[in-house]
This record gives sequence, structure tokens and C-alpha cells, in this order.
Amino acid sequence: MSTTSPTKTGPVSPVSAQPDLLYSEEEEALRAAVRDLLTDHCGAARVISRAESDTPHDLSLWKALADGMGLAGLLVPEERGGQGATHREAAVVLEELGRAVAPVPYLTSAVVATEALLACADGSEVLTSLASARRIGALAVPLHTAPGAPFPSARAADGVLHGELAGIADAAAADVLLVPAADGGLYAVEADATGVTVTGQTSLDLTRPLGRVTLDGTPGHRVGDAEPAVQRALRAGAGLLASEQLGLAEWSLTETVRYLKDRRQFNRPVGGFQALKHRLAQLWLEVVSLRAAARNAADALAADAVTVGDGPDTAVAVAVAQAYAGQVAVHAAEEALQLHGGIGMTWEHPVHLYLKRAKADSIAYGTAGAHREALAELVDLRTP
Amino acid sequence: MTDAAELRRRTQELLVAQPPATTGRLDFLRARFDAGLAWVHYPEGLGGLNAPRSLQAVVDAELEAAGAPGNDPRRIGIGLGMAAPTILQYGTEEQKRRFLRPLWTGEEVWCQLFSEPGAGSDLAALGTRAARVDEDGWVVDGQKVWTSSAHAARWAILIARTDPDVPKHRGITYFVCDMTDPGVEVRPLRQITGEAEFNEVFLTGVRIPDAHRLGETGDGWRVAQTTLNNERVAIGGMRLPREGGMIGPVARTWRERPELRTHDLHQRLLALWVEAEVARLTGERLRQQLVAGQPGPEGAGMKLGFARLNQQISGLEVELLGAEGLLYDDWTMRRPELVDFTGREAGYRYLRSKGNSIEGGTSEVLLNIVAERVLGLPAEPRTDKDVAWKDLAR
Repeated sequence: MSTTSPTKTGPVSPVSAQPDLLYSEEEEALRAAVRDLLTDHCGAARVISRAESDTPHDLSLWKALADGMGLAGLLVPEERGGQGATHREAAVVLEELGRAVAPVPYLTSAVVATEALLACADGSEVLTSLASARRIGALAVPLHTAPGAPFPSARAADGVLHGELAGIADAAAADVLLVPAADGGLYAVEADATGVTVTGQTSLDLTRPLGRVTLDGTPGHRVGDAEPAVQRALRAGAGLLASEQLGLAEWSLTETVRYLKDRRQFNRPVGGFQALKHRLAQLWLEVVSLRAAARNAADALAADAVTVGDGPDTAVAVAVAQAYAGQVAVHAAEEALQLHGGIGMTWEHPVHLYLKRAKADSIAYGTAGAHREALAELVDLRTP
Repeated sequence: MTDAAELRRRTQELLVAQPPATTGRLDFLRARFDAGLAWVHYPEGLGGLNAPRSLQAVVDAELEAAGAPGNDPRRIGIGLGMAAPTILQYGTEEQKRRFLRPLWTGEEVWCQLFSEPGAGSDLAALGTRAARVDEDGWVVDGQKVWTSSAHAARWAILIARTDPDVPKHRGITYFVCDMTDPGVEVRPLRQITGEAEFNEVFLTGVRIPDAHRLGETGDGWRVAQTTLNNERVAIGGMRLPREGGMIGPVARTWRERPELRTHDLHQRLLALWVEAEVARLTGERLRQQLVAGQPGPEGAGMKLGFARLNQQISGLEVELLGAEGLLYDDWTMRRPELVDFTGREAGYRYLRSKGNSIEGGTSEVLLNIVAERVLGLPAEPRTDKDVAWKDLAR
């Protein structure tokens, strides 16, 4: 069993540069391109019907995004086969994917698995294959694991792996699994290797399903040390998840406002009633605030990658974003459901996909409570 | 267009001509105004150079580094944030030249005579009358309330009813009122904190020359919108460090007084710390948008967020203090010239923060504004739109 040290303590950097909380023109252009593609290929009806099928992941959409637009390699330097972009761009992609509840393994493969490999000395071949979208990767750590929390691992003996790891997001879509082992190593395991079984788990979130990975004498290739790789991956995953939650919350608000301008009851548009207007205005304020927190986390992660640092400020930025994002995304989806009235409770309306994703996201990479606990240490507000 | 290099050059010229070490504070501020370095986005001759607003930071940084005196914008916040932009947009050349310089240097403090006992959130229902008496001007009678700084102010921006026979928004005119006029009486209005930071202002036969009218007769509501929009921009434009607001004192108490800690308070403190940090980042993002010339609608919501947070945080602080929270620092009636929300002690902060969701537009009215102007939801039904003001129920 591999456990982790609590948050690293480092010297607090002297007054760091102000975060850039705006979007650049290039980021807006990237957003427009991703949104166009999703508008054409990821409509709500298509996502709903896919969610009921045996293949929940939309691999043709993934191919268009990852291969066609080169988005799988955003976080990978050019010399290692990627696009050499930053977490700021990846965050914009995730906003759009969240807005569409797109069933693609972007966060799990292009962010989390990729970040794990970036921390490994010996993972270049796998990294390049993920960056070019030839393969999909998944980190075999349960989705609910917070940065800094302990995580289960496989047994490594005689050069092969044994064990069972459950709650692995997008495991069903993965070609290669990154498995932490009890010997402290992180192993790349081919999904079709000897002794590997991936079983889908019935998941609350239909668009990012979990899977159970069983390893029975499976060969793996040690790519590096598990602990630093997993920590880096979870921190990036938690930080950028906030942007997905932002996109999701924004869709919920926009769609609800649109519906309430249209829907009439008591001979008036429902959106004209003050009780509902105030709830939507409050939600708007939460979404605006989440945007600042999510941009701050993405900017801090991007700055850390440049300085190869691991600044305590990045840890704070990520923890703040995740301590806040979950409640906003869930609130937005819950309000969307309630304010859509009866239709919001149906399977045919897409709001349920958003609620399920939002609720699952509020647990993914650590609950708000776990991130608040991390903050208690980071900003010196210690427990009684 | 004046660029950053040009502003740096002019700033250095000012510092050479008026060395801060040997120049009196007011003399320096006047010279700075005359050099166009007060608010660089204002016109030449009025304290500016028609430069982009974002370049003010260049000037401020150079002057701060040189140890130049500042104009204490907190003390003159209403003048800077509300009166000045309104005078700039609607004032005559003569009014701009008369008022803007002493306003900016702080030689003349301004206050705002808008709210009335019968017209708060429904501001346009105001009843203070301004009657045209001759060629030269007007006579004003009425009562205003919640006037910060009235006891320190030389001038006021004032809206008054000039035509009761038309619907309420159309019969209002905007004036500059001389607070030294004998018809102006300022009485302290004691608040729940014990102090009198606000005033009631009674206007009895106050003569206002027509030369002190801002904008057209009857167009005062439109002029007032400029003032109120600028008020909200000013509120959102602050830059705070982490723990720079209400959360700062509570966090310090938590660190310094471990004997006060409980698990329940810890959970609530952490949640509020997160919200305060997110609110700070939201304000920072708004400020960056303004500097980049892309003003967003966030300003409309910032005040809402801060009001709620300030109340929750200061409430928690009193509770954290336990037995000490039962005490209060001082009930003596004072008349502070500026308001410091985080000043004094926890009990004061708790009581004062109750005003944050009322002053400058109640949270309920701001939520309506966000819903209607930002989200585009249908407006509240109006029963007063086509009724003459004099026929409205009061």
C-alpha cells in the first residue's frame, strides 16, 4: 500500500506575479473551434443515447478533438510529441467539454495520465502515444482520491502485477493503464496484456463511467516512481476539473435562463417572477466567481510547469478552486432541474446528465471538505 | 495618444520641478493635477492627458516609488467615484474648471444628496422640490438621508423634483448644492454601531444658481445613472491582498488564540475563507478586465457577494470570541470622516456590515438589476410608469 506525505512545505515565494485571470485571444479562438466541433458532433440527444449503449465513450468525437485538433497533446512539450501549450489552454478545452458533458476521456487521458507520465523519467514512448492520440491512457487511481490522500496499489512480484483497483475513471476506454504498485513504481500496463480484466461499474455519472481493473500476473513496464507522478497528476486533475465544472455550471445557468424567458405560466414568462430572478442572479454571481477561481488554478498550474516548481501558492489555488467549484456546479445543475419543472425530471431532457456529472465531479479528485482540510495546513488555519 | 514612456517622462519632470521632499502636500497635488497626472484618462487641462485609463498605474507606481504624497482617495471617495465622472460627462466647461481640481486634491470634500426618507430603493420617487424662482436660479426644499460625509462636505450632488406633473423619472433635475448655504442643516444620524457616520440633511429655501445645474432640466434621472454606475465600478475596482478584507482579523484571531477553536467553527471558518479568497479573485478579474478595456458585468454582482460575506464572516468572528463577543468596544457617539469597515472590533464589524446589503443599492434591488440587465430576464411589472408623480400613492 502506498501512502503519501502531506502537502509539501517549501519556502513561500516572495510576492509572486499577479495571476492572469483573463482569456487571451488565442484561448478564445481555441474555445470557438472546440465549441463549433461540439455543437456539430456532441448534441444532447446523441450524448443521451450513447449513455444507454454498451460503448459510453464517443471515440469518433475523441478522434476529432484529440487527433484532428491536436488537443490530446496540449500539456506535452513539442520535443516529446505534443503541442507545448499550457494548463490555461487545456482549461479552456475542459470548459467546453463540461458545457457539452462530452463523453470523451480528455481529463483522464490528456490531463491526468499525461501529467503522471510527465513526472516519470521513463515514460516517453507512452507519453508520445497519448499526446498524438494514438492511444488513450488512464491512471489507475480511484477517481475520488484527493491530492495528498493515500491511494491503493497493486502488488508487484517477479516482474508481474497482481491486484484489483476499482473506481478508475474511463478505464473502459483506456489502451494503457498507469498502475501504482506497492514497490513504489508506476507501471504502464497494456489494456490487452495477459491477465488484465477491465469491468465497467454502473456509475452515477453516465458520461464518465468508472471501471474495475483486475491484474493477474500481468506484465508492466516501470515508467517511474508512483508517488510524485500520482501527486502531480491529481493536483492537475483537481485544478483543471474546476474549469470543467465552470463549463457545466455555465450551461446550466444559460439554458435555464433561456427556458424561463420562454416558458409561460400565470400568463407571464416564468422568468419575470422575482423569486426566480433572484435565484438566477445569485447563480450568475456564483458562476462569475467560479470563473475567477478556475482561471486562477489554471494559471497557477501553468506557471508551475514553467518554473518546474511546486509552489505552495499553486496548492492553495487548486484547493481554493476545488473547495468552491463543486458546490457551484451542483447548485447550478440542481437549480436547472428544479426551474425546468417537470421536464427537468425526465430522461429525455439533458439536465440529468449535467446533474450526474456535477455530483460526481464534486467527489472527483477530492471533495470540497478534503480540499478545505488541505487549506487548513496550507494557509495556517489549523484544526482545534 | 500618450503612451507609457511619455507618462514616465512627464512624471519624472514633475518630480524634478516639485521634489516631494521639499514641496508642501497640497502644492504637490495641485502641480500633479496641472501636469495632467491626476487621472490620466481625463482631458488635458482637467487633470488628465486623454491617455488610456490603464496607464494610470504607471504614474502611480513612479510617484509612490518617489515618496510623493497621495490624495487620500478614501476620504474623498464620493467626489472621486461619483461626482467627478458625472461633472465630466454633463458639466459645462466652467463647472469642470471650477470643481474638478479641488475635488481631486481633496481641498473640497463632496457628498451625495440622493436618498430620502420616502425614497430609498425607489429613488426616482423622491419628493425634494426645486422650484425655478427667477432667471438666475432655483429654491430647494426637502429632506435627504443616509448622507455620508455631509458634515465634512463643501459641495453636494443633489437630485430634486422640478416637475411633479410628469411621471416620476422625467421630472427630476440634477444640481450641485453648496453645503455652506444657510438653508442647509446637517444633523448626525446615529446608527446601530453607536456612531454617526451618516447624516440627515434638511434643505430649507436653499438657493441654487442655474449655473449649478448639471445637465438639462428634467433630465436628472439620466444624469444620476452616470453617477450610480460609477459608484458600482468604484466598489468593484479595489485590489486586495489575500485576507485583505473582513476575513483577515478572524484568521488572525484563529491563529493567535487556539483556546477559542472548536471543530464547528473550524469548518465554517474554512468555508468562509475559501469564499473570501474566491471573492477577492473575482474582484481581481474584474479589475483586470477594466484595465484591459473590456469591462464585464461582474461589477454589478461584486457588491452583492461582499455584503453577504462580510455579514457571515463578522458574525462568525463574534461567535468565535465567545465571552468577549458579549462585550462591545465603545458606544460613544462619534462622527468619523471616513468609514473603515474592518476598523474597530468584532462587534462593530458585525453591526456595521449589516449596512453593506443596504447602502449603495439593496441586495434585492441589485439582484433585480443582474437578472434584468445581465441575464435579460423580464422586468418587474410597473404600475407607476405613466402616472404623474403627484398622483402616486405615498
